Amino acid sequence: MVNRIVVGAHYGLRDWLAQRVTAVVMALYTIVFALRALTLPEMNFENWRGLFSGGFMRIATFVFLACLFYHAWVGIRDLWMDYVQSTGTRLVLHVLTILSLVGYLFWTAQILWRL
Amino acid sequence: MTKRTVKFSIYRYDPDKDEKPYMQDISVDLEPSDKKLLDALVRLKTSDDSLSFRRSCREGVCGSDAMNINGRNGLACLTDVDSLPQPITLRPLPGLPVIRDLIVDMTQFFKQYHSIKPFLINDDLPPERERLQSPEEREELNGLYECILCACCSTSCPSFWWNPDKFVGPAGLLNAYRFIADTRDQATGERLDNLEDPYRLFRCHTIMNCVDVCPKSLNPTKAIGKIKDLMVRRAI
Repeated sequence: MVNRIVVGAHYGLRDWLAQRVTAVVMALYTIVFALRALTLPEMNFENWRGLFSGGFMRIATFVFLACLFYHAWVGIRDLWMDYVQSTGTRLVLHVLTILSLVGYLFWTAQILWRL
Repeated sequence: MTKRTVKFSIYRYDPDKDEKPYMQDISVDLEPSDKKLLDALVRLKTSDDSLSFRRSCREGVCGSDAMNINGRNGLACLTDVDSLPQPITLRPLPGLPVIRDLIVDMTQFFKQYHSIKPFLINDDLPPERERLQSPEEREELNGLYECILCACCSTSCPSFWWNPDKFVGPAGLLNAYRFIADTRDQATGERLDNLEDPYRLFRCHTIMNCVDVCPKSLNPTKAIGKIKDLMVRRAI
């Protein structure tokens, strides 16, 4: 096959925008989390556990981590795109990255809903 | 007036003679009229005519004499020779194949430039006199049309080093916005389609080396940001 340079995958804007939106969500969560954590009556295991077992914080933490994983996906994929030139190796790395991040997301849910 | 001596360390490579490139230490006595780095190089060439570099207008308009000067890309004709710490280290523009000494093969750079269709696309019949713009519309082109395609920016961009075949590079993207911003152009949609790709535009990680080195003080990063803004406005 002739080695043609192919470009034109139309997902550049979507991922670029998603990376920025997820960054804003993470920044907002950090503020909410800091306020909640600093206003705990006492910093002990029970209070810490109680912080995440409330309905709002549980969902907010899940959304935060989902945003973190999507943000990380775009960032790590950019790394592979920049530095890994072989398409086959890049595909393997992309798949491994996606599997890890999806695995982390389910693990997050398991931890949060066990509290 | 006393003569000034300037020390150089210059990247030399002649593919017909040299197995691999080497740095040559060499000094040159300058005349009082030799003000710019290009003057010093031309003076040096009178004693060693095998030294190869591109030059033409010698006043920062043609963009031929772009090179890496003490680790920073710039135009030899705009750089004061007295302002440079010695020995002055000269290398070819990074990231492009070297043809000989300070001359690089710009094919890849111009391929990317041509890929953004650097010409006005307008299917209307040409008016009797000219396609008019308001002063505000014309103002938008300032800081864009001045690009001289010297390649200082693209060859200082790490994203262009890693993916020169797929990433358009700051010079190409600045010129892409020059036509996107032009109210006389009718191909805005196609131009945005052409760039909406994870490689062609979105390899730019806002490192801003391009802004730092541009000898014409242009701002490709700002132009890239405006292209992204338009894409968001189009999509949302």
